[in-house]
Amino acid sequence: MVSQLTLGERQGALCILLLLAACGLLMLGAGQNDPLGVHGGIVMLFGVLLIFVVISGYFAPEPGTDAAGRYYDDPSKVGIVLAMLWAVAGFFIGDWVAWLLVYPEMTFDAAWSSFGRLRPVHTTSVIFGFGGNALIATSFHVLQRTTRARLPDQLSPWFVLLGYNLFCLLAVSGYLIGITQSKEYAEPEWYADIWLVVVWVVYFLIYMRTLARRKEPHIYVANWYYMAFILVVAILHIVNNLAIPVSFAGAKSYSLFAGVQDAMTQWWYGHNAVAFFLTAGFLGMMYYYLPKRADRPIFSYRLSIISFWGITFMYMWAGSHHLHYTALPQWVQTLGMTFSVMLLVPSWASAGNALMTLNGAWHKVRDDATLRFMMMAAIFYGISTFEGSFMAIRPVNSLSHYTDWTIGHVHAGAMGWVALITFGSFYAVVPWLWKREAMYSARLVEVHFWFALAGTLVYVFAMWNSGITQGLMWRTYSEGGTLTYSFIDSLVAMHPYYFARAVGGLLFLIGALVGGYNIWMTIRTAEGVKPEVLADLPAPAAARQASTGR
Amino acid sequence: MAVGERDAHTGHMTTGHEWNGIKELNTPVPKPVYFFLAATALFSVVYWLLMPAWPTGSSYTKGLLGIDQRQTVAEKLAAASLDRASWTARIAGESFEAIRADPQLMTIVRETGHTLFGDNCAACHGAKAAGGPGYPNLAEASWLWGGSPEAIEETIRVGINSAHPDTRVSQMPAFGRDQILDRDRILEVVAYVRSLSPSGEPAADAGVLAAGRQVFLENCASCHGESGAGNTEFGAPDLTDGSWIHGGSLDAVFRAVYGGQQGLMPAWEGRLSPLDRKMLVLYLLDLRSTEN
Ligand code: HEC
Ligand code: HEC
Repeated sequence: MVSQLTLGERQGALCILLLLAACGLLMLGAGQNDPLGVHGGIVMLFGVLLIFVVISGYFAPEPGTDAAGRYYDDPSKVGIVLAMLWAVAGFFIGDWVAWLLVYPEMTFDAAWSSFGRLRPVHTTSVIFGFGGNALIATSFHVLQRTTRARLPDQLSPWFVLLGYNLFCLLAVSGYLIGITQSKEYAEPEWYADIWLVVVWVVYFLIYMRTLARRKEPHIYVANWYYMAFILVVAILHIVNNLAIPVSFAGAKSYSLFAGVQDAMTQWWYGHNAVAFFLTAGFLGMMYYYLPKRADRPIFSYRLSIISFWGITFMYMWAGSHHLHYTALPQWVQTLGMTFSVMLLVPSWASAGNALMTLNGAWHKVRDDATLRFMMMAAIFYGISTFEGSFMAIRPVNSLSHYTDWTIGHVHAGAMGWVALITFGSFYAVVPWLWKREAMYSARLVEVHFWFALAGTLVYVFAMWNSGITQGLMWRTYSEGGTLTYSFIDSLVAMHPYYFARAVGGLLFLIGALVGGYNIWMTIRTAEGVKPEVLADLPAPAAARQASTGR
Repeated sequence: MAVGERDAHTGHMTTGHEWNGIKELNTPVPKPVYFFLAATALFSVVYWLLMPAWPTGSSYTKGLLGIDQRQTVAEKLAAASLDRASWTARIAGESFEAIRADPQLMTIVRETGHTLFGDNCAACHGAKAAGGPGYPNLAEASWLWGGSPEAIEETIRVGINSAHPDTRVSQMPAFGRDQILDRDRILEVVAYVRSLSPSGEPAADAGVLAAGRQVFLENCASCHGESGAGNTEFGAPDLTDGSWIHGGSLDAVFRAVYGGQQGLMPAWEGRLSPLDRKMLVLYLLDLRSTEN
């Protein structure tokens, strides 16, 4: 990997890493009596470790000039491997906390293993670790293919990928030792947040610089989605994490917002994280890998653009539906609810567009589990967006809010949509990236598909049952006009569903392990024989190749 | 610009744009999309007209229906308490005996008490009030502070060793740690105390028991009573009823005597209304009478 970098890039990498290690040392020193010190140690170790990696390849010969004629895919490859590692870790912790809800005494009496600390480890690992790495890896791949331009340099993609993983590492290790801002999906503290801003700006610049150098006159729709993902996540992240550190030598900070303003900012962030991280980014993925794999044009390109603007515009308003019947003024709730209802149209348009794209390729869906992953993802996208709009309606929300229904909804989206589209895309892109004929085992892809689907269904049905049971129990009144059930009663009623959910999660985890093994074996099997597809090359090289007939 | 071609499957033309093999198909946006977009937009506009919706600087559009969520809640709460008024007034006003003699009121006490207890007390005392390590069994054991309705009501109001100014205060001294008794004396008195209630184990040596009884009379009887049956004035538990707060094993009793105990029962005045507290008293008394 290092041998692909030019000498200048290697030197640049060393400078950055030295700076990083120095920052780590500074944090370590300043935060001696604070969890910040632990994070300083992690940052320093991370930097030093990578310095060794760079040095080990530092004296390798520089790459030839013909490298510039090819796309730069090394960061995508590493990103995919990292995504799979985070996936397995995140699903494992997820299933662990699922069992913890069945057997609450399973905490070994330790602080780190309490539900409150492990839960964000799960959410961060799957959303940011798995999802984020998958988005970064595929966005670089898609961007280059659809613009016919190579990434502008070879250093900044690594900075983004590895810097982002450092952020994830700080996040999850922080939860275990008790560092948190107590904002859902925005738990990491101020220094990690600042670091992510730097990484994210570089990410955005890579995208803009590559687009500026594109050889295609038009910007493909997938890139619109990826760009919206990058740009809006930056805005959300910065605004929601505005905070004042108690001291620069400590991890703790206080949010700039308080009370209902804080809640509103948080859920404006939270819901748009769902919108732009977990939806827009993965729609970008879908709009490239699905038509490629099905070998069909997008059913209606125009519809995909309309959906894009619909989703981008309307999601921005919807966050307040997380705060129905709270201290939040009712008019804000009204706006959140109505925009959520309108949002259903572009959402279903996207799901429908994906499914209609498969017209003329349904025989492939039958035979090809990879494509079936993507098809199933589109279906779950449709289900969960319908459910979301439905739950945003105030009277419905009065039943669903604070219940497991929300958990079921979010997992229909996360497992059914995000994870399935990612696995489908990975199974498509891994052979392309590593120049293999196909995945190591098509059968194992099939096995993974059924495990993933079964796991998702068991999970989602368990939580629907559990959530609606809870919601109904909490609003059942006795004849005297008082509540019939105590909270404990409803908890007891949840027990079988929690068990079923944990089993569903386990199935999903097993599927991911099978997938990880399959991807690993694909990478490890001998160099494939797949000839380089002409369309897979940037313009200059493709032109040269075509003219020389090589 | 490249020229379009006809897609064989859909019959639509492509525009000639192409990205890495993905062609742009010129399918028009299906009509239903516009229809549903219009329908949901119309729904929203109507909803905005009826409900509080758009900010207008320092205020907001109130909506034609004049609905306000705070007012709605207040009205619903008022209506609900009016609904309950038929029995709340009676429970608040009538004596414990009168209420307990009224099956209709007791049905309500059982239903409501179950939820009140489950939501406020079960975390410590257990869902069935049977207690757990450190927390007394309220369904069976002899009362620490007396079993009259008034005594129980007071315990719930002020708590035990709580932050309430009138709190009930009790403490089991740490005879071992504070070096009031040496280890052998403690072992003797522990053996004696355990012999007061059926434990299913063979009785200890008669000599030890006699010595233990002596230690007990000198050190413990002032609180626990000569017979060990407890004293509700100090909240000292009955040691003869076979029911233990901290456990009846040799080890647990030894620990209680060696290290002492001071349980904490929160005060509920200010957290539960007098009516709720009264219902809890009735609920606990009823639990006991139906259990036995
Ligand atoms: C934080 C734990 C906790 C909670 C919650 C709690 N209790 Fe207690 N309660 C205790 C402890 C501990 C004792 C015994 C104190 C001692 O050992 O001296 C106790 C004692 C009592 C007693 C005295 C028993 C006797 O024998 O005299 C009553 C009555 C009682 N609790 C009722 C309630 C009710 C009713 C509630 C709910 C409104 C409640 N408790 C909630 C911990 C709790
Ligand atoms: C100052 C009064 C006082 C004296 C003296 C006293 N106790 Fe206690 N004892 C208590 C109180 C109060 C409790 C309840 C403590 C609690 O649960 O918070 C108690 C609890 C106990 C318990 C635990 C009961 C259970 O249900 O788990 C044992 C055993 C016990 N005492 C034995 C003794 C012995 C033996 C002595 C003499 C060596 C003794 N006590 C002297 C007040 C006293």
